[in-house]
Amino acid sequence: METQETAVCRLSVNGERRECAITPYTTLLEALRYSLGLTGSKQGCDKGDCGACTVVMDGLPVLSCITLAFACEGREVITVEGLARDGRPHPIQDRLDESGGAQCGFCTPGILMSAWALLERNPRPSREEIARELSGNLCRCTGYTKIFEAVERAAADLAERR
Amino acid sequence: MKIPTGRQMPRADRLKPPEWPGGRSGPPNREFSVIGRRNRKVEGLAKVTGRAIYADDIALPRMLHAKLKRSIHAHALILSIDVREALAMPGVHGVITGKDLPEYYGIIPWTQDEQALCEHKVRYVGDAIAAVAAESELIAEEALNSIRVEYEVLPAVTGIDEALEHPEWRVNEKSVEGNISKRVELEFGDVEAELGRSDVVVEGRYWYEGSTHAPIEPHCCVADYDATGLLTLYSSTQVAHYLHRDLARVLGLPTQRIRVIQPVVGGAFGGKSEPFSLEFCASKLSMITGRPVKILYTREEVFYAHRGRHPMRLHYRTGIRADGTLTGIDARIHIDGGAYSSFGLVTTYYSGQLLTAPYTMPAYRFDSTRVFTNKPCCGPKRGHGSVQPRFAFECQLDRLAEAIGMDPIEVRRKNFIGEKSTTVNCLRITSNGFPECLDAVERASEWRRKFRRMPYGHGVGVAGSMYISGTNYCIYPNEMPQAGVQLKLDRSGRATVFCGASDIGQGVDSVLAYIVCEELGLELRDVRVVAADTDLTPVDLGSYSSRETFMVGNACLDAARKLRGLIAESLAERWGCRPGEVTLAAGVACCTRDPKRKSMSVREAFQLAESRHGTLGSVGWYQTPQLGGDYRGGTIGASPAYSFTAHVAEVECDVETGVVNVKKIWVAHDCGRALNPVSVEGQMEGSAYMGYAEALMEEQVFKAATRAHGAGLHHGPSLLDYRIPTSMDTPELESLIIESIDPEGPYGAKEAGEGPLHPSIPAIANAIYDALGIRCDSLPFHPPRVLGLLAAGGAREAWERARAQMAARRSGLASGASPPHGRRGTRGGRARATARASRRGGAGC
Repeated sequence: METQETAVCRLSVNGERRECAITPYTTLLEALRYSLGLTGSKQGCDKGDCGACTVVMDGLPVLSCITLAFACEGREVITVEGLARDGRPHPIQDRLDESGGAQCGFCTPGILMSAWALLERNPRPSREEIARELSGNLCRCTGYTKIFEAVERAAADLAERR
Repeated sequence: MKIPTGRQMPRADRLKPPEWPGGRSGPPNREFSVIGRRNRKVEGLAKVTGRAIYADDIALPRMLHAKLKRSIHAHALILSIDVREALAMPGVHGVITGKDLPEYYGIIPWTQDEQALCEHKVRYVGDAIAAVAAESELIAEEALNSIRVEYEVLPAVTGIDEALEHPEWRVNEKSVEGNISKRVELEFGDVEAELGRSDVVVEGRYWYEGSTHAPIEPHCCVADYDATGLLTLYSSTQVAHYLHRDLARVLGLPTQRIRVIQPVVGGAFGGKSEPFSLEFCASKLSMITGRPVKILYTREEVFYAHRGRHPMRLHYRTGIRADGTLTGIDARIHIDGGAYSSFGLVTTYYSGQLLTAPYTMPAYRFDSTRVFTNKPCCGPKRGHGSVQPRFAFECQLDRLAEAIGMDPIEVRRKNFIGEKSTTVNCLRITSNGFPECLDAVERASEWRRKFRRMPYGHGVGVAGSMYISGTNYCIYPNEMPQAGVQLKLDRSGRATVFCGASDIGQGVDSVLAYIVCEELGLELRDVRVVAADTDLTPVDLGSYSSRETFMVGNACLDAARKLRGLIAESLAERWGCRPGEVTLAAGVACCTRDPKRKSMSVREAFQLAESRHGTLGSVGWYQTPQLGGDYRGGTIGASPAYSFTAHVAEVECDVETGVVNVKKIWVAHDCGRALNPVSVEGQMEGSAYMGYAEALMEEQVFKAATRAHGAGLHHGPSLLDYRIPTSMDTPELESLIIESIDPEGPYGAKEAGEGPLHPSIPAIANAIYDALGIRCDSLPFHPPRVLGLLAAGGAREAWERARAQMAARRSGLASGASPPHGRRGTRGGRARATARASRRGGAGC
């Protein structure tokens, strides 16, 4: 059996310095959910197939269930809990809620992180680009239609702000 | 056949919900202020900020983690299980096997054939046999690996034919005989006589492959047996009430000492609508260790837990007259049930009972047999038991239409059963917006411009369907309401709704809130919904058979309207007007005759009513009327209201690769009234997506035995190998809501969660025929199948013939010729048979 010995892992999550004592084989998802109390990111398959665990690291979406926590030291990790500013939801969160793009909500945090990372890089994505960027996030409830609408509306909101 | 007392369905003098003057379809004020608007959901913000609590987000102090050990054989006797090494392992706190939970359970009381952990025999690869609770999942897994099991391997039944040919390889000892799980034969009218009077009879054989729900959230529960002997179980379930009952039986605890709480659930689709091993095991381990115990299924375990769509082999003979009217339908269906019964009794009935609308059927017969096999058990998946027959029948209808040269939408219109009608098997139809659904998809898809007119490889197809909004049949016989709501009003101007309803993402928590807001003039943020906690909420039977909106909606409407009455009465007295002149909307109460001077906040109105009537609270409940035919099984499928759906699918097929690209699906669905169009569209789109997925790519299939392993391994128990559509695979989906305003639904509403799935599959199959001239009679319609059908020859010819025929008909109709009617050829000397009730089943309605 793998060692039960833990070491201190120092992470930067949502702009905060966080520490936890974990084994070397602990994934980033496990560290977030079970050590740091950030249960927003979800475990859907634990092997990188469904995207429910998606977080953003150094600007790119990553599958936290197949990323080792220790490999994230010195990197900037953003989770769904980090999207809201001053207690107000980010436009992508607000539009997803308004459009009906979250039914059971389990894929939602992962979808939000992929969509947020897309909008940070590409403020005016086409629907094809949105579909491609979200293709690593499986949703079983919505058929994706209202998710696309939400991302398009959020992009317009963000464009208006600038 | 005499029905034993325990099996009798509720009597005629059942509980009747209140009747409101003016009915329950319209607004309490002059117009709706909440219902019908594009509202948000009450839990939406929690979901998009990552704050919604699902079962695996729950962590209790000193919580242990448990894992289940599962059989590696599809069929074997358990000779011995040695857990000594596991018990001795550091970090292990409890180990249980079948003898610790010997009580049998099962969702249907007549077929309780499962144990939480198999005691003597395993019946599929993945059947659970032991459970370990430890400090961590890792230690629990190590302990599982140390458990020594001795099996005596038995021959495995891998499919329908083997089940029937080898009754001596008995999978399930509680079977009727051999490997028969359930057989239902019912005939209504005289099918052979009707077929004999047809101008065309088409025979078709279809194979509907099994598929699974694959919710993104795996099953998960946390059990906490506290020092007072109270067991609390948090579980990702759709049926807290049924789970509660079975927990009591299996654990030997009084029902009063168990509390089941459903947290937010990450998708279910019918895959979480019965008790599972993890719930009993976590509870038992918590009782043994005195600590909370969590079990989270791996994704692989979810595939093996299954309870998904039954594979069905369907054989139909259907007749039609040259004028387009249907005559007789004969169905012979074999159903692969997997290792246990689950809802199998209901599945077998649904495979026949739910086909009898939206078209009139002069005579109908079905003979359905469900068999046991050594595979994960099948159960209810969205559209339980009726998606497969609907696929076969809608394809048959397409073939019949072609045979008589009629447009497929026309033939569906021609046979429309009507609103306020009764089906051949005694189901009562009330509201029925099916013609409007057909009109909507015909128009939106530009059907007339496209059907039989597009270049080779491009096509459109149509299909229709109907579905239940809950049924008369409650899972265990009793005469109590099927849904209950308690409502509390607070002086702060807030309402709290308590209801056992199960929100699995479809939005039923929000439905409760919308209704309370509408009746009492509240804003959405001033309503709290407390749901699915067996200590706090009145019983609702759960989220299955699309019963929630109709049943809890009605219960909630009644509870809210009672309090509205008290408030209106108090205000009328204060203002010197009639209660009917009081309006409550958007936080304001006023008298419609004099709104400027006679108004106050809803909060003040609550306080006024409380000072007049005492502490404010009310109860509402719903019970179905006595419905269904007077024959055995007559209540199964009998619903207080049916939804109706029509789809048109447009495809573009590549003849070299066999890839079918479904470009778009137009979905028209009669939901009675859309309480929130956003949620209804969400169900329509999600259903069409799921039907599309089954049609094109999903396959819950198992490996045959090889030299390396026995039979029964899942072909690909991962979300990589089991194909569900990504955002790039899903067609464009357009929702067209039709509202027929049902007389008995809450504000006229009916279901929308399962109905809209049904027509996707046959619409796509029919579109492929329009595109390529091949009939996809087996699922899925993947490239190997399409290429195989093209290679078989005759496709292009069929395509050209169909085109020519439709073109001729169109020009014939355009020039004023009447459509063909009357018999083709004579049947010399044969008397015209009259329809009569068959001895086997068809009693009067």
